[in-house]
Amino acid sequence: MKAKARKLGRGVALVGAGMSKFGSFPEKTGRDLFFEAFRELLASVDKGFDPREIEAIYLGNYSSDLFEGQGHIAPIIADWVGLAPRPATRIEDACASSGVALRQGALAIASGLYDVVLVGGVEKMTSLPTERVTDVLATGGDALFEIPAGFTFPGFYAAMATAYIHKYGAPLEALMRVGIKNHKHGALNEKAQFNLTIRQIMENKLAKAKAQGRPLPSWAGELDFLRDEAANPVIAWPLRLFDCSPISDGAAALLLVAEERAKDFTDKPVYLIGSGQASDGALHSRPELASIRAAKLAAQEAYAMAGVGPKDIRLAEVHDCFTIAELIATEDLGFFPPGEGWKAAMEGLTSLHSPRPINTSGGLKAKGHPVGASGAAQAVELWQQLRGQAGPRQVPGEPALGLTHNVGGTGQTCVVHIFRRG
Amino acid sequence: MASIDREFTAASFYKFLNEHKLMGSRCRACGRTYLPPRPLCPECFREEMAWAEMSGRGRLLAFTAVHVAPTGMVAAGYGRDNPYCTGIVKLEEGPAISAQILGFDPKRPEGIKLGAPLKAVFLERGEGQARRTSLGFQP
Repeated sequence: MKAKARKLGRGVALVGAGMSKFGSFPEKTGRDLFFEAFRELLASVDKGFDPREIEAIYLGNYSSDLFEGQGHIAPIIADWVGLAPRPATRIEDACASSGVALRQGALAIASGLYDVVLVGGVEKMTSLPTERVTDVLATGGDALFEIPAGFTFPGFYAAMATAYIHKYGAPLEALMRVGIKNHKHGALNEKAQFNLTIRQIMENKLAKAKAQGRPLPSWAGELDFLRDEAANPVIAWPLRLFDCSPISDGAAALLLVAEERAKDFTDKPVYLIGSGQASDGALHSRPELASIRAAKLAAQEAYAMAGVGPKDIRLAEVHDCFTIAELIATEDLGFFPPGEGWKAAMEGLTSLHSPRPINTSGGLKAKGHPVGASGAAQAVELWQQLRGQAGPRQVPGEPALGLTHNVGGTGQTCVVHIFRRG
Repeated sequence: MASIDREFTAASFYKFLNEHKLMGSRCRACGRTYLPPRPLCPECFREEMAWAEMSGRGRLLAFTAVHVAPTGMVAAGYGRDNPYCTGIVKLEEGPAISAQILGFDPKRPEGIKLGAPLKAVFLERGEGQARRTSLGFQP
């Protein structure tokens, strides 16, 4: 199925964005986290605005039902931030929930129905023990035919990693390089759950062992640390702890308006110029396991709509729920040819000071992955980068085009967006 | 197999599995085989399926050794100290399916080669009314 060049009915602009700190917050519920994001969004609108101008809310959330015992979370959140009785719609597409909410919000504006829409994402995951979180995340797979086989989410991506490694001969060090790079970026992001490099984490462990009088591990460096089973245990072989995004609490919020209204809110809007989305069946039903078909299709649709190609993209936030996912994403998006993504990661071609940095926010790996909030949070990073407000991790040279790539499950859903500096 | 009067549902698939049969569906119109079985052919959009028994012979396409297990597998005795392998197996009839992979050492996954020939096995868990058969593959 070839993507035709679809067009939005009218232009859509991003004029405000905010996110909560990502991490583990025992005292905070989903609504508290969303309020943090909403408060930051209000402060981000350059010319200020009356939140009563918001006409509708689209909220990405994966499983507040199972994580928090709270279903029907969209109207609850809407009311909490003072937006009842406006229509509030929850979007659930696993980890792509708020990327799809962003698309739905954009479509609602493009259709002419609304001029001002709030898009958000929220997930509160840390209230459950790890085993139960593993169960809840696994329900994003096929509960009838994949889960009974013993697959977990890390397990799915681990299986994809074996297929990728087998096909292209990638070394496990390539996966480790993704984690090291994303932690370096995350160390520059105060919102990140892991605001630390892997070297800092290693040094902290050494300092702790020394303080407790335990024998000191003899790690020669980050790679040595990551190869140590005690420091970095296997979760689902070949993926180890530092190949996996963490269990996180967090929220993100975006203010979308019709393009003709953008200058009422800011002189520096960010335009949403491309959007693509695709779906797929269970992992075992696909012809190729070293790539995500829905990501390629979503990217094709977004590039065609925006009238740009992979070479035009200056930076991208991609769905690195596991390190292998970032390698595959950089190929599916056309940044590198199939089988070359791992080499690019080894050569530093995805780091902050490369021609096309990937995951300047720290990615899901270091920033954290409150699953239903991750897609919207990717757009928050581009909002800051494309407006030159990303502080110590700012991509130099006034980047003009950025891309977000948000995957649900193992690629049963993928949604890609392209943004342009106004 | 055309005479089998069972709907193309997950319940039927597992009922067959309890009888130690690995059953898919084959589209009478275009000849494509589906495992798990499905009632509607997504290629030709016809609803003309027949049950098709799989040989159970296939090759390993991808796998993992799970160390952090979900609660269902923890209840079966698996976990950090007792990892298990699961993977995707492509059957000689064409389709591929997810299943537990046995006959290898999950603590030495480096020795497991993709492409390895495997044969379906039927794993029994529970007893009496609670007996459930799940699908596995082994060399």
